[in-house]
Amino acid sequence: MVRLERHPILEFKKGKRVTIYFDGRPVEAYEGETVAAALYASGLRIFSRSFRFHRPRGFFCAIGKCSSCMMEVDGIPNVRTCKVYVRDGMQIRSQNSFPNVNTDFYEIFDRLDSLFPHGFHYKKFIKPSFMRPFFVNSLRKFTGLGNFPKEELGEEAYKKEIECDIAIIGAGPAGLSAAIYAGELGADICLIDENPRVGGQLIKQTHRFFGSAEHGAGTRGIKIAEQLEEEIKRYENVNLMLRTGVFGIYNGVVGAVRDNTLLKIKPKKIIIATGAYERTLIFENNDLPGVYGAGGVQTLMNVYGVRPGDTGLVVGSGNVGLILTYQLLQAGVNVAAIIEAMPVIGGYFVHAAKVRRLGVPIYTRHTIKRAYGSKTVEGAQIIALDDKWQEIPGSGRDIECDFICISVGLSPTHELLYQAGCEMKFVPNLGGFVPVRDKYMETTKKGIYVAGDVAGIEEASTAMIEGRISGLDSAIKLGYGDEKAKEMREKMVMELEDMRSGPFGIRILEGLKHVVV
Amino acid sequence: MTEYCKRGYLLVSEIGEKPSEERLRQKKVAFIECPQEIPCNACVHSCKFDAVLMDNINAPPKMDYDACTGCMRCIRVCPGLAIFMLEIKDDMGRVTMPYEFLPVPEKGETVKLLNREGKEVGEGTVTWVLPPERNEGTALVTVEMNKDLIYEVRAFRVV
Ligand SMILES: Cc1cc2nc3c(=O)[nH]c(=O)nc-3n(C[C@H](O)[C@H](O)[C@H](O)COP(=O)(O)OP(=O)(O)OC[C@H]3O[C@@H](n4cnc5c(N)ncnc54)[C@H](O)[C@@H]3O)c2cc1C
Ligand code: SF4
Ligand code: SF4
Ligand code: FES
Repeated sequence: MVRLERHPILEFKKGKRVTIYFDGRPVEAYEGETVAAALYASGLRIFSRSFRFHRPRGFFCAIGKCSSCMMEVDGIPNVRTCKVYVRDGMQIRSQNSFPNVNTDFYEIFDRLDSLFPHGFHYKKFIKPSFMRPFFVNSLRKFTGLGNFPKEELGEEAYKKEIECDIAIIGAGPAGLSAAIYAGELGADICLIDENPRVGGQLIKQTHRFFGSAEHGAGTRGIKIAEQLEEEIKRYENVNLMLRTGVFGIYNGVVGAVRDNTLLKIKPKKIIIATGAYERTLIFENNDLPGVYGAGGVQTLMNVYGVRPGDTGLVVGSGNVGLILTYQLLQAGVNVAAIIEAMPVIGGYFVHAAKVRRLGVPIYTRHTIKRAYGSKTVEGAQIIALDDKWQEIPGSGRDIECDFICISVGLSPTHELLYQAGCEMKFVPNLGGFVPVRDKYMETTKKGIYVAGDVAGIEEASTAMIEGRISGLDSAIKLGYGDEKAKEMREKMVMELEDMRSGPFGIRILEGLKHVVV
Repeated sequence: MTEYCKRGYLLVSEIGEKPSEERLRQKKVAFIECPQEIPCNACVHSCKFDAVLMDNINAPPKMDYDACTGCMRCIRVCPGLAIFMLEIKDDMGRVTMPYEFLPVPEKGETVKLLNREGKEVGEGTVTWVLPPERNEGTALVTVEMNKDLIYEVRAFRVV
C-alpha cells in the first residue's frame, strides 16, 4: 500500500475524493493534497525529464525549491506540482518528453552526448545559410521547458496595497514567535507564508522535540505548530496571510502574490524568517527518481500519508537523517542503513540509539558512490573512506534499496536578504551565506531583521527565541512596549546564549563570531 | 570523541552507575541512558521528586535512585526515548520501554527482546501497557524477562 492507512502517531484525515487527469488518465486524489503527492501515490515516479539529455527526474524537495516536479497544469506550463493542490477535474500533463515522461524517445540524447557537445549549435547546423531557418526551427522544438498556453488565460488580475507596522515573511517557528511577541506589544502585523498552513518545518516533525522544558521540550513538532497557531489566532492585530509568496523587497516595500492578486505591502519593519532548504550531494546518478531530499520524504510521508517506497538508504547521520530513519520505520518502511562520511555520528546520540536498537546499522566513514537503476533507483553502491577522505579500494558494496534519502545539511533561504541589500557572509558553520546582524537580529539594512534557520541553521528552539528577539526589538523601536518588554528582550538574548553553551553550540558560536556585530 | 558516538549505542560497560539490586527489588526505578551533552532538560522538569539532577541544560542527567519513586513522569516525556524503568519482581526482571510503533502489544503477549544493537536476545512477556492515546502517541510497555537481561534489553519486536 502506497497510502498509509494507520500510523502510530499521525491520523490522516483524507479530504473529499476527487479525480485529476494525468496525461488524460484518471488518477484518484483527495482534497488538501498536492498534485505531486497524488501522482506519487498513484505510482508515478518520473515527474519530468531533464532539459538537455532528457534524463528521468523525480521529485526532490516537495516544498517548491528544486523544480524537478514541473508539469503543465490546466494549460499552464512549468508549474511545480508539489506546490499546487488538487481540484476535481484538473488536467495535468508531463512536459519536455515524447510521447510521455515514462517512455521518452528523446532519451536517446543521453546516449548521443558526444555528438552534441556544449555549444554545438554555434558550429553545427549553420551551413548552408539558406537552410538555417529550417535548422533553427527544428532545433527549437528541442529547447525550452513546456509549451506556451494555447489560449489566453481569461482570468482577472488585481492589485492591492496594505500598510502595517511589521511584515514577517515566513510562518515557521521563528516567524510565528516573532508575530506573537510583537503582537503582544500591540504592533500591527502582516504574517506572510506561501504555504496553506503555518508551522514551516514543524508540520512534518512527528517526534518529540528537545530543548528546555519551558519551550515545549518533550512535545511533538506537529503539536508545537498547533499550539503556536492557536496562539497567533488570538491576536486581532496579526493579519495572517497564507498562500502568499513574497518575491522581493524594493526600498522597504514587500512584493507578494496571492492567487490573482499582486500585493504591495508597506511595513515600517520587516522580519525575514524564510527557513532553509536541503542540500544535495554529488554521486553518479544522483538525479535518478528515487533520490530524494530527507525533508521531501518527510513531507510526502508525514503530511500527505504517502509511503516513499519499501526500503530506503539514508545518507547523512545528522539529526535530520536519524529522525527521518525513525519516522520511516514508524511508517512501516525498511531502512537498509544510514551512512555517514564523518568518523562519528553527526546527530544526537539518543536519536542514533533509537534506530540502532531497532537494528538499523550506521556506517561511519562511508559514502555513496552511485545509485543503480535505469528509470528509478534499484540499489546503491557505498564505499568506505580513509582518514584522508579517499575511497578505500575494494571497499565498495551494494545496498538493496528502492529509494535514497539525502540528509547532508540545509542552506539558508537567503535570496530575499540578498535582494534587499543586506550584507551577507559565507559562514560554513551556519550553513552557508548568512546576513551580518546585531544581537537583536537587525541586519545591516536598517529595519530588516532575520530570525530562524535563514540566519544560520540551528533548531526550532533557537529559531523561536530568535523570532521573539526580532519581534520584540522591532516593536520596541516602533515605540511599542515599556521597560518590561526591554527586560524580556534581554532575557531572551541570555536564554539564547544558554542554549548554545553545550558542545553542539560551539560550532554555532564560532560561526556567529563572523556575523554578529 | 567517545566511542559510543561512532557506534550509536552504549556497551553495558558504559552505562554508568546502576541502582542497587535491593533498590530494584523494592519498586521500579528510572534508568537513564543519555550520556552526551545536549541542550535538553525535559526529564528534570518532569520529576516532582528531584530524582533527576542536572547542572545546566547541556549537562547529561544524573539519577538519585533513592529519591526516585518510580512515578514514570520522566519516561513519558523524554524526547530521546532514553529512559527505561527497571524492576525485579518475584525474581524476574521487568523493563518498561517507550514504544511508538504499530501494532501495540497486549498484556500477556510474548515479544522478542532486542538489545541496544537490535539483536534478538530472548523472549519476554508483556505485563503492563499504557496505551498510546493516553500518552500523546507514545505507549509504555513493561516486559517481564530473565533478570540478567534488564541491562541488555532496550527494545522488542511484536511477533
Ligand atoms: C527532520 C528534522 C528534525 C528536526 N528536529 C528538531 C528538534 O528535535 N528540535 C528542534 O529544536 N528543532 C528541530 N528541527 C529544526 C527545526 O525544524 C528548524 O530549525 C525550524 O523549523 C526553523 O524554523 P524557521 O521558522 O526558521 O524556518 P521554517 O520552519 O523552515 O519556516 C520557514 C517558512 O517560511 C516560508 N517561506 C519561505 N520563503 C517564503 C517566501 N518567499 N514567501 C512566503 N513564505 C516563505 C516557508 O513556507 C516556511 O513556512 C528539525 C528539522 C528537521 C528537518
Ligand atoms: S520515575 Fe518519577 S521520580 Fe523517578 S526519576 Fe522519573 S519522574 Fe522522577
Ligand atoms: S529528557 Fe531524555 S533526552 Fe532530554 S536530557 Fe533527559 S534523558 Fe536526555
Ligand atoms: S520543487 Fe517540487 S519537488 Fe522540488
